[in-house]
Order: sequence, then structure tokens, then C-alpha cells
Amino acid sequence: MSDGVDSKNRKLVTKLVLIAIAMFGFGYALVPIYDVFCDITGLNGKTNTDAVLETQYQVDKTREIKVEFVTSVNKSAPMTFRAENNKIVVHPGQFYTVNFYAENLTDKKMVAQAIPSVSPGLASEYFKKTECFCFTEQVFEPGESKTMPVRFVVEPNLPEQYKTITLSYTFFDNTDKSVKN
Amino acid sequence: MSAVVTEHDDHHEHDHDHGPSKGLLRWLITTNHKDIGTLYLLFALAMFFVGGAMALVIRAELFEPGLQFVQPQFFNSMTTMHALVMVFGAVMPAFVGLANWMIPMMIGAPDMALPRMNNMSFWLLVAGVLMLASTLFMEGGAPASGWTLYPPLVLQTGAALPFAIFSVHLLGISSIMGAINIIATIFNMRAPAMTLMKMPLFVWTWLITAFLLIAIMPVFAGAVTMLLTDRFFGTSFFDAAGGGDPVLYQHIFWFFGHPEVYVMILPTFGVASTIIPVFARKPLFGYSSMVYATAAIAFLSFIVWAHHMFTVGMPIAGELYFMYATMLIAIPTGVKVFNWTATMWKGSMTFETPMLFSIAFVVLFTMGGFTGLMMSVAPSDFQYHDTYFIVAHFHYTLVPASIFILMAAGYFWLPKWTGHMYDEKIGKLHFWLSAISVNILFFPQHFLGLAGMPRRIPDYAVQFADWNMVSSIGAFIFGFSQLLFLWIVVKTIKGGTGEVVTDEVWEDASKHGLEWTLPSPPPYHTFTTPPEIVPTEHF
Ligand code: HEM
Ligand SMILES: [Cu+2]
Repeated sequence: MSDGVDSKNRKLVTKLVLIAIAMFGFGYALVPIYDVFCDITGLNGKTNTDAVLETQYQVDKTREIKVEFVTSVNKSAPMTFRAENNKIVVHPGQFYTVNFYAENLTDKKMVAQAIPSVSPGLASEYFKKTECFCFTEQVFEPGESKTMPVRFVVEPNLPEQYKTITLSYTFFDNTDKSVKN
Repeated sequence: MSAVVTEHDDHHEHDHDHGPSKGLLRWLITTNHKDIGTLYLLFALAMFFVGGAMALVIRAELFEPGLQFVQPQFFNSMTTMHALVMVFGAVMPAFVGLANWMIPMMIGAPDMALPRMNNMSFWLLVAGVLMLASTLFMEGGAPASGWTLYPPLVLQTGAALPFAIFSVHLLGISSIMGAINIIATIFNMRAPAMTLMKMPLFVWTWLITAFLLIAIMPVFAGAVTMLLTDRFFGTSFFDAAGGGDPVLYQHIFWFFGHPEVYVMILPTFGVASTIIPVFARKPLFGYSSMVYATAAIAFLSFIVWAHHMFTVGMPIAGELYFMYATMLIAIPTGVKVFNWTATMWKGSMTFETPMLFSIAFVVLFTMGGFTGLMMSVAPSDFQYHDTYFIVAHFHYTLVPASIFILMAAGYFWLPKWTGHMYDEKIGKLHFWLSAISVNILFFPQHFLGLAGMPRRIPDYAVQFADWNMVSSIGAFIFGFSQLLFLWIVVKTIKGGTGEVVTDEVWEDASKHGLEWTLPSPPPYHTFTTPPEIVPTEHF
């Protein structure tokens, strides 16, 4: 093979290897891109994980929105977890409190974190919680059961097409990872 | 093949035009594109049978409702490993093997641009596939999450998880090296007369495929690396408890996964565009539109990935965008189907085995395209998603398409590679058995899916029993018919029918491609000086 081809090959291969490395980086870049994209658009139904202050809204008595509650426990961790109601009907702008119950079924201390999610995803930015057990890790003493209130509001500017909002919580057993342990 | 090649080399031993080394070591250290092509093709054929055996385990279990032969966990390992072995061990390597053999001979180059890297990428492939296969024997079994490796399910894999992930890394590196080599060969090694728009379509489709590979394999490698760190190093890319999101994995995976299915189909298009004109005795209809259609499909393949995720809860705008974008793909794909049909139109067609497989490809691939179009309609896809309907869809696009075209390529080029003729009678028998049984195997799966049978489950409700039995019967006929191909390959290598094989093998083939101007079999080194005139599809 002539020298000309050799050096052309070397240049081309260098470029192609750089593209491959850049694409590996791109795969990782998708992680923050996805988060930012979802933050802006609310695509993945993430709701606020820090408390918002309770503000006064104009209550819209003419509209009724069904809010459903779904509870689950990840990897069948040894606990029970349920909401006092499966669903309630709310007026946009009014604050409501719903109680959730959880019990540690083991005789060991347990640290658990609840992760909230709202569906449909685009409705999540109109769903605001002022009080929630999901804002921090929950510590359960052996056999302890807890009643945990969630206070929330559906904002009055919720677009017309949303008639039902589902709020789901999954409890993850974080005992091994947690600093509170 | 080896016997033939050595015969030739006895006369040709100079100091730089040396032949293959002797004995088995030749295959380990070879840097010759024909040897490496042979290695890839034989390896792919072996993996085709391994993956096929796994498919038969699946179909045996699904022959009747209830659990008969295997545990559910092992059944799921089989669906996972079948897909991974077929995609990464059989179809992709087979096309790389064809690229190795044919691209230098088609563009008038003496070898691949980077022969040593070529050897390395083959052996990395073997290492990757062996590592993957070894997970079958590990504690907790082979991965059983489906080939898409979705978390959190895949994170429950036992000891096999890191090995499966490293094997993906090896396979990725091997494909990227192969792709780089192909691009360098096509850009820098063409005979001066071989301008880009004279290149055979097989070369064009591979050029574009190679770019796809370089763009997507690293992304897949990144995704599985995130799985690895999530499981072992406490990161939370996909773990909701730590602020991650499992749906993110699906986005990253399908950013790779959708173009990946085109990695398997674009070279298929290339081979079909090479074979059909020869047996229609006409130039390829719409050569340049074929090139542009290939490029358009490759481009579109990057912006449609979420059609695999219509049911994850995307907002309407997302559903609509991915729906329309996906439908767009049907346009360049349709251009191709019409071009193949127009190539045959009023041609003086003959129906040798490679042509039979190619015609079946055009018809049956179109069926797969149509079901794809059905699934691209987002609201309808809620019914089809994760049922046997989608299994039918992608098997129509892969088995009677990619696999049939690989068979066609085998019949088409075996006489060139070996200098011997294959047995046409058995070839035709192989074709008819395959073409009929593949439909018995996959057509009923459309009905099962529409009726609601989920995929990747070892048991099913009794109302699905009849069509499952039909499908399984088709599977066993199809599977065992492939042994005919193995027999033909072995027999052809060993001397074939004894018929004399000319340089151009098929009537007037030398009008269509440079490879047919070389002796059959070609000497160990070809085109050490570039040819001055090159044939094109523009005659
Ligand atoms: C006109 C062209 C095509 C269209 C519109 C199309 C559309 C689709 C859609 C919408 C799905 C997702 C279905 C679901 O999960 O519910 C799908 C799945 C799939 N398609 Fe296609 N497709 C096309 C061509 C192809 C080709 C050429 C191949 C392969 C060579 C292919 C291979 C696959 C595979 C492997 C899957 C399933 C992946 C999995 O979930 O395991 N498709 N296709
Ligand atoms: Cu796709």
C-alpha cells in the first residue's frame, strides 16, 4: 500500500474513532438532556419533591376533577402501604388533605423513600403538594405504623382536557443505602 | 475453500505476494479479506443454528398451552438469548462477512484498508459471543429480560449481568472496528475509475450502514454501562428511588435499537439490488433513487425511536410526532420495493435459487413493512404492542427478508468463492420448503397477536392453542429445512456438482459487477493493480 493511502487512512480512522467516542458521550449527555426536557415539558410526570408554599387560589366550583391515588411497594419490600381513599373529586384551586397509611412489617428499623408520579405527565405541573411524606425519607421503627397526610391543590389553570389525574406513590426500601440508618 | 486457494498459491509465491500460511494457524492470524470473510460467514452460519435451536425450544414450549418442557425463567432466557445471538452473532456478522469478501472485489481494491484491525474485529466478535453464551451456565441463569434489557427487570439478573454487559461492549467494539474498516476501504481504496455513483448498491448500503454503526453502537455501550453502574456502583440513572427514571433507558436503548434494525436491513437491500438485475438481465431500475432512498431511511431511523414506546405515557404531541415520522419511512422503503419490481418488469427473468429467494424477499418484506405501518398508527399500536403481532412484524422483516437474502447471497456467490457449482435441485427444494414453512410459522402469529396473546410468556390461554400449534409446526419444518443449506454449503466447498464454473458464473453477470471479471475462485490476492474500466448499473 502506498504512503498516500496510509496517511489518508490514518486521518480518516482518527476522525471516525473520535465520532465513536463522541457518540458514547452523547449517550451520557442524553441523561441531563432528558431531565431538562422533562422539567420544561413535564413529560415524565415528575411532580414537586420539595414543598411549595400554600397560596390562595380562586376556587373554581364549576369544574370537577377526579384525583386517583395509587400506592405500591417496590420489590415487595416488607411493608403495607395504602391511601384512605382510592379517589376523590376536587375543585381546582381548593386545598385537600388525604391520609396515607404505611406499616413496617419487620422487627427491624426501616428507612423508606416514596417516589411520586403524576399521570398524565403534562398535568403534573398543575398538581402542587404543600405537604407530603415523599419530601424526605421516612424512618419506621420495628413494627411501626404511620398515618401520613398529603396536602395538595390542582391549580385552576389546568387545561380543559384533563378530567382525571392519577397520583401514584412507590415506596422504596432504602435501609441499606440511607444515612439515617 | 481452503484447498482451492492453496492450489492457486503454489504458483504465486513471491516475497510480497505470499499466499496463506499453512495449517490452522492461518485462520488465527490471517489478514486476508477473503479469509476473514469466510471466517465471519462460517461463524454466522454456526450461530444461525445455535440461535435457531433456541427458537425451537421456544416453539416446542408453545406447541401446547401449559408448561411442558422448560421453566418460565429458562423460557425467558431463551427469548432473550435467541434474539441476541441472531442479531449480534448471526445476521450482523454474516453481512460483515459478505462485506469483507465482496467490497474489495466490487470496488477493485486489493484488500480491506486495515487488514490487521479486520482480524482483530473478528476475534473480538468470537470472544463477545462466547462470553454471552457462557452466561447460560451461570448462577441465576442467562439474562431473561428480553433483548432490550429493560431495567428494573434486567437488574434482577443473577451472576450473568456483568458478563452480558461486557459481551455487549466487546460486540460493540468489534462492530465499530468493522465499520471503520469498511468506511476506510470504500473511501480510500476504490479503483480510480470507480466513482461514488458507480459503486454497486451493496457497497453503498454498507457505507451508510457503517456510519449508522459508528453512531449507535457507542450509545448502546453507554446504556449498558449505566445499567452496570446502577447495579454495582450505586448510581441511579434508571432507579426511581434515587431520582432516576427507567423510561430514560427506553429512550436511550431505542435511539440505538431502531437504527440497529436498519443495520440489519440496509445491507439486505444492497444484496437484493445486486442479485435481481442479474437474473432480470436488466440494469437496476432507478440506481440513484436507490442511493438516496437508502440515505433517507438511515437519516429517518434516528428520529423515530419512540414508536417502540407509544404506551409509556407520552403526551399527545410526542405520540403524533413519532407516528408521522415513522410513517415517513414507508416512502423511501416503498421507492425501493417499486424499483425492484420495475427492474424485473419485462426482464428476461430466470429463476435460479438466488433469484427465488430474492423475489420471496420482495414480497414478504413488503408484508412486514405493511404491519410496521399498522403499528406506526399510535392509537392502534396500543392494541398491537407487546403482543405476537409485533413478533410477526419483525420476523417478517428479518427472516424472509434479511435471512432469505443472506441465503440468496450464499447461492449467488458460492460458485464465485469456491469455483464449484452448488446443487440447483436441492437449492430449489431448500427455497420452497423455507418459503412455505416461514409463512406457516409467522403468519398465524398475526392472528394470535390481534387476539391478544402477549409475547415473551411461556404459557397462554387455551383459545390461542390452534394457531400456536400451526406456528410451531411451521417452525420445525423451517428449522430442519435449513440443514439442507448447510449440506449444500459443505458439498459445494468440497467440489459441488462438478459443473464447470465460468468467471462470470451467471449469464452476463460481468456487465453488473467487477467481481465477475475475476476467475472463479478468485486467487488469494486480487486487484493488486486497480482495474481500468468498471461496469456499472447504468448500461
Ligand atoms: C415501513 C417500515 C417499518 C415500520 C413503519 C415499522 C414500525 C414499527 C413499530 C411501530 C414497531 C413498534 C411496535 C410495538 O412495540 O408496539 C416496530 C417494532 C419492531 N420493528 Fe419495525 N417497522 C418497519 C420496518 C422494520 C424493519 C425493516 C425491521 C428490521 C429489519 C423492523 C424491526 C422491528 C423490530 C425488531 C421491532 C421490535 C423490537 C422489540 O420490541 O423487540 N421493522 N416496528
Ligand atoms: Cu423501530
